[in-house]
Amino acid sequence: MKAMKKLVYILTLLFIPIFLAGCESKLLVFDPKGPIARSLTDLIVYSISFMLVIVIVIFVLFSYIVWKYRARKDDGDFEPKEEKGNHWLEITWFTIPVIIVIALMIPTTKTIYEVEDIPQGYEEEEPLVIHVTSADWKWIFSYPEQNIETVNYINIPADHPVQFKMTSAGTMQSFWVPELGGQKYTMANMQTNLFLVADKPGSFYGRNTSFNGRGYAHMEFEVQAQTQDDFNEWVNDVKTTAIDLTEDKYAEILEPGNLGRMTFNKTHLEWVNHAHGGSEKYIDSELYEISHDDEEHEEESEDTDEQIEESNTEVEEDTSDSTDADHSHH
Amino acid sequence: MSLDEFFVTGDPMIFASQIAIGLTMVGLIALITYLKRWKWLWSEWFTTVDHKKIGIMYILAGVLMFFRGGVDGLLMKAQTSRPEMGILDAQHYDEIFTTHGVIMILFMAMPLLIGIMNVVVPLQIGARDVAFPKLNALSFWLFFVAAMLFNISFVIGGSPDAGWTSYFPLAGKEFTPGVGNNYYAISLQIAGIGTLATGINFVVTIIKMRAPGMSWMKMPIFVWTTFITSIIIVAAFPIFTVALLYMTLDRLFGTHFFTVAAGGDPMLWLNLFWLWGHPEVYIVVLPAFGMFSEVIATFARKNLYGYKSMVYAVAGIAFLSMLVWVHHFYTMGNSATVNSIFSLTTMMIAIPTGVKIFNWLFTLRKGRIEFSTSMLWALAFIPCFTIGGVTGVMLAMAAADYQYHNTMFLVAHFHYVLIPGVVFAVFAGLYYWWPKMFGFKLNEKIGKWHFWLFVIGFNLTFMPMFFVGLDGMSRRMYTYAESTGWGAWLGFSAVGSLIMAAGFAALVYNIYWSFRYASRKVGNDPWNARTLEWATASPAPHYNFAKVPEVDRLDDFWYKKKKGETGLKKSDLKPVHMPSNSWTPIVLAAAFGVVGFFLVFEWFTLAIIASVGIVVGLVANTFDYDDGYHIPVDELEEEEREWRGDLK
Repeated sequence: MKAMKKLVYILTLLFIPIFLAGCESKLLVFDPKGPIARSLTDLIVYSISFMLVIVIVIFVLFSYIVWKYRARKDDGDFEPKEEKGNHWLEITWFTIPVIIVIALMIPTTKTIYEVEDIPQGYEEEEPLVIHVTSADWKWIFSYPEQNIETVNYINIPADHPVQFKMTSAGTMQSFWVPELGGQKYTMANMQTNLFLVADKPGSFYGRNTSFNGRGYAHMEFEVQAQTQDDFNEWVNDVKTTAIDLTEDKYAEILEPGNLGRMTFNKTHLEWVNHAHGGSEKYIDSELYEISHDDEEHEEESEDTDEQIEESNTEVEEDTSDSTDADHSHH
Repeated sequence: MSLDEFFVTGDPMIFASQIAIGLTMVGLIALITYLKRWKWLWSEWFTTVDHKKIGIMYILAGVLMFFRGGVDGLLMKAQTSRPEMGILDAQHYDEIFTTHGVIMILFMAMPLLIGIMNVVVPLQIGARDVAFPKLNALSFWLFFVAAMLFNISFVIGGSPDAGWTSYFPLAGKEFTPGVGNNYYAISLQIAGIGTLATGINFVVTIIKMRAPGMSWMKMPIFVWTTFITSIIIVAAFPIFTVALLYMTLDRLFGTHFFTVAAGGDPMLWLNLFWLWGHPEVYIVVLPAFGMFSEVIATFARKNLYGYKSMVYAVAGIAFLSMLVWVHHFYTMGNSATVNSIFSLTTMMIAIPTGVKIFNWLFTLRKGRIEFSTSMLWALAFIPCFTIGGVTGVMLAMAAADYQYHNTMFLVAHFHYVLIPGVVFAVFAGLYYWWPKMFGFKLNEKIGKWHFWLFVIGFNLTFMPMFFVGLDGMSRRMYTYAESTGWGAWLGFSAVGSLIMAAGFAALVYNIYWSFRYASRKVGNDPWNARTLEWATASPAPHYNFAKVPEVDRLDDFWYKKKKGETGLKKSDLKPVHMPSNSWTPIVLAAAFGVVGFFLVFEWFTLAIIASVGIVVGLVANTFDYDDGYHIPVDELEEEEREWRGDLK
């Protein structure tokens, strides 16, 4: 008996946080910074309200029944009546979930279609096209119109639609910027599409969510939304100061390892688009061999590589470097 | 290959395990030899075809694997308990979450459930054994050999490191050239053959071997769930067999089913994997539902509310389980139409599941609820599983899933489904059927410790994961920066996992304590239960029932018991036909293990030589004309008298 009271008490305490989840505005998913993420958050909050009702109904019923019909010391002879079931009751608890599913399904379907396209209000604008190439374990972003390429960060104009054409140079990855929108996989020999819009200038955390080997945990990037003027200025800066991307340099970037940020003139799309094949020649399985002995040593050498590359190629430029890719709100 | 490459070297933790494994092996062999138990082990256990003994071996192996998978889990929790921890490096962490997943699903949940099914189902339908006892033994030994093969990977050659889902292209030779993922392909193939055979075995057993009078709608609910589970096994496991075969061909023989190069299609792997993987979830959850139903009915002292709708609900869930696999990759760039359809089918699963929850609640209503340890597990399941269920519906909404996919939110969700849904059920089932297996109860007081520690620890461990997931933490990250702010949540979670581990320790202690001190006088029906397994002695005699029971209605035993009609007449006894022990299953399985090991290392000549063992075993088996033996009436009479007192 005491045990049961404790159970109910503790479980209630434990589940309070989930009741509060809806209003917890600090969590990234509940803190959208663009129209697409906002429609996802709206859907999530809508669904949570239903779930809360279900949870409360079941918890209350459960606690009441378990409490009320507990065995007592003095009712040892009490023989509960057999019950076959009750058609009306059973039809009721069949119908209610059906209604809930319908109520959830309609906005879900609407949102699924909605987020596949340029968000409402931006249909007239020509989206900025960015090619995303994910590799082990870095993100490569190509701006074909501007003819520039970045690694592990993207600058985009705020309040303007961006179309990501995504592919992978090898393993399967998933491109996710939670504050701007949902995620989608990147796959070699395939192209997936994603639209994102940032309301206002700001810095947003992005990462790979699909496990793809040793460097996975650090496979992050920053999305920096800027005013259109700042963005144009940044593009011009890159064009005048950054070095040209060469085929050799590109092959080097694709070698497995984590990298810092890089910026280049020209894009690799000139010689290979991984969405249309051609990845094999960059894949060298020997570079993926593991030896527990050398682990630390390897990581060290990667680090020094990074530093050299960064100092050679990084454009020292205010807007792209002022913030790190992290949750600024924490 | 040098010895240095053969054994995993350089990691002190693994080195310590290597020594520990070596010492334990030597110790065990010495102990068995010292106690002169080899012959007993061989004739009573290794060659047995008795479904109860096979079930017990499954359970023992499952508990062992639970320990191994649990240690993996604890290491992961320790590594992520604070930002930038240095307990494990990335590679080691990757291996550990991979083995944690594989072991917990395939080598812990499956054998524990199949073990309980083995012990209970033939008894519940009034049969003397399963339809194919020798095949049943082969199933067990294949599973066991596969589990051992999988487990040695971390000391010999290196563990799989591509996640339990083993997604291609990562799991291909291009990106994981070591032998680790060969272990995955080969050992799961061997275990899968065993499971498929189990599925076939139980389908036939339940169709053909029910006691006279037990028509479909008079079967205990656990038999129903086992039956439907077995059908899903037969439908889904061949898909996995094929997928693993392609994987093996890709990795060992250079084909290109799933590779990046030469037109391979990694998306095919995802589809095949989840075509099996999603039904697999129901393969482990449905029998658990059956166990909860039995336990709840017994300890509420009422019949199961809405028995028929429960059966239809289970069948409905099983049917839908085959139609939802795409929800594991809504984010793969499917069209909006595809995602909408699979959102709908997935959410529809909530409907029969909701029906079940309400039927359980209404079974409790107006009952007399007794809080035995077994019942506590069943009760705690309802609220905990509800959390898992509603978050499942949230994940089912494809658009919302774009924000949850691959995050800790998902990890929290499926632990909230699988731990209450499967682990709680196994615990409920163990406490419930323990006397039927061993003739004594597990201690209730230690049981309560086990329960409270485990349930509280479970909630503390997994509840925070919902929140870090919504805060953008993806799964499988071995480390994270302090600036993310996840440290507090995950630290909390790590403490929870320790409490959970203490709960598991309490179970182990309970088994030890009860084995030594518990009263052996439990009688045939210690819980005042409803189904046939309680009509025979505890522990059940090897022939199960001296006289095959006849069944008039659902919960027949319950009504006969009240009318005092459970007695046995001496004149009813006839010699009982039983299957003989056989050495072929264990030897055949061992041959599979040896071939598997050679294939893992791609030593093809040796593998071919060793496969002769498999062929010889199969051929030898076809020449086995042993038709079993008969237990004479005298012997039956003596054994029955022991627990019934005098026979009429």
